[in-house]
Amino acid sequence: MSSVAIPSMEFRGRVTQVRVILSEWTKLRSVRSTRWSLLVATVLTIGFPILASAVISSHWSQRSPDERANFNALDPALIGSQIAQLAIGVLGVLAISAEYSTGMIRATLTAVPKRLPVLWAKTIVFATVTFVLMLPSVLIAFFASQSILSAHHVSLAWSHPGVARAVIGAALYLTVIAILTIGLGTIVRSTAGGISAFAAIFFVLPPLMFTLPTSWNNAISQYLPSEAGRQVFALHHAAHTLTPLTGGLVLAGYCAAAIAIAAVLLVRRDV
Amino acid sequence: MIEARGLTKDYGDKRAVDGLSFDVKPGIVTGFLGPNGSGKSTTMRLILGLDRPTAGSVTVNGKPYRRHAAPLHEVGALLEARSVHTGRSARNHLLALAQTHGIARSRVDELIDVVGLHEVARKRAGQFSLGMGQRLGIATALLGDPQTVMLDEPVNGLDPEGIRWIRDLLKALAGEGRTVFVSSHLMSEMALTADHLIVIGRGRLIADTSVDDFVAGASKKLVHVRSPQASALRDLLAGLGASIEEVDGGAFEVSGLTAEQVGEAAASQRIVLHELTPHLASLEEAFMDLTRDELEFAHVEAAT
Repeated sequence: MSSVAIPSMEFRGRVTQVRVILSEWTKLRSVRSTRWSLLVATVLTIGFPILASAVISSHWSQRSPDERANFNALDPALIGSQIAQLAIGVLGVLAISAEYSTGMIRATLTAVPKRLPVLWAKTIVFATVTFVLMLPSVLIAFFASQSILSAHHVSLAWSHPGVARAVIGAALYLTVIAILTIGLGTIVRSTAGGISAFAAIFFVLPPLMFTLPTSWNNAISQYLPSEAGRQVFALHHAAHTLTPLTGGLVLAGYCAAAIAIAAVLLVRRDV
Repeated sequence: MIEARGLTKDYGDKRAVDGLSFDVKPGIVTGFLGPNGSGKSTTMRLILGLDRPTAGSVTVNGKPYRRHAAPLHEVGALLEARSVHTGRSARNHLLALAQTHGIARSRVDELIDVVGLHEVARKRAGQFSLGMGQRLGIATALLGDPQTVMLDEPVNGLDPEGIRWIRDLLKALAGEGRTVFVSSHLMSEMALTADHLIVIGRGRLIADTSVDDFVAGASKKLVHVRSPQASALRDLLAGLGASIEEVDGGAFEVSGLTAEQVGEAAASQRIVLHELTPHLASLEEAFMDLTRDELEFAHVEAAT
């Protein structure tokens, strides 16, 4: 400490997109709360379907014939991912809003003053982590829950039409939520604001639609991000809903719009 | 080398930086001095491209900061408030920033040792004291072995040993031919560290001068003098064009004459002196004098 000698360095690199991705990966894995949240999301995605299937299986005899006839074995299999989307959404917002609340964003954008590589890197890293964790999780959830339900011969086979699309679709849906919430966090720049916006769009807006006249509700609701996205992992096509492909594309459209607005604002705004 | 030309920044209808033009040259420590709220931090954010100027421009090593392909090798900065995620360890914080430029882990560990954070490198930065936070900020600034180093109030929160360490560090960096730009609201600190001064008040340039010239030019030279023949002395000195302020019975503060001139004048008239003391205004007083107008203007404006 008393003597001051600053070691010099020979190697001089430049900022590249791959390096910024590596940096964002270090950031993501080096915060304890992030690791815990991802672990919880994974455990819920796998655990809830197993729990739900076990409960359904043990009470099967008490179900009315009507309930048995309308039972969809995919519902318990994907119930965990519905809960996991909350954790994923909150983490997506935090990935950027925590940088603003702690001041880290100044260091980040001083290292990468062109700024956009940071947004792309955060998106790529968090989307990849989400997909890599959630795809095995929903697959395990599906096969575990179906093996429990097979005792009552109501389980769905992987080869059943629409099943593979719905199960993989659930993982893709969560991945798109991850990207969308990074966009929201970048636009809003505050943790409370970003999480509120996410909750409002996905959990508050859909029930509000029921206050509209039915014809309006039927026409509008299917285009909400939550309702459009839901079709990706729905097995049966209900009335006044989009097809899985269209629904997925509509959700992807919202996601692209959020990221595009985030990119423009990130470059333009003062930090 | 930092070159600002007509740099101006408005936040809403408030002008934070007002037409600043200055050069920060390599090889010396340049102090950036101004009262709190005078626009120092804003100017530094403009230099780093974190904020966009309303008008004017600023370049670092010949280019706007954003246009550098490897900015951490050009400029190392310690910014005002903490710029660290509180949940991340010091080492991972530095590593994440290093990775954007492909800087090796060994360099990160080396700098942790240089700033004396070895013991706490794996602790979460949120648990750091203010002084440890400053050291981490310095390590961040030196990460890329930059040609230009810019530190905003680096001695804040440091103990005397740390302050001394910063002074030596700044001088060593300048000695290696780097550009060193360091802000402070304390004139006394700058007098010990800086070679050159850029003084601002309310976002405007007040002085761009060497420290020696600043001290010589800004300090009011006072002579404290006491005599049993007070009224005769007063008339004599007034006749020589001095301005005189009576302190108490028989003692005056004389300005406009040196101690030698006062003594010789008194001797020529055979006036007895009991005390004759040259008195240099302190640096802090000189700085206050210089920025007083700006501050008074601020108070008037706030009052209306």
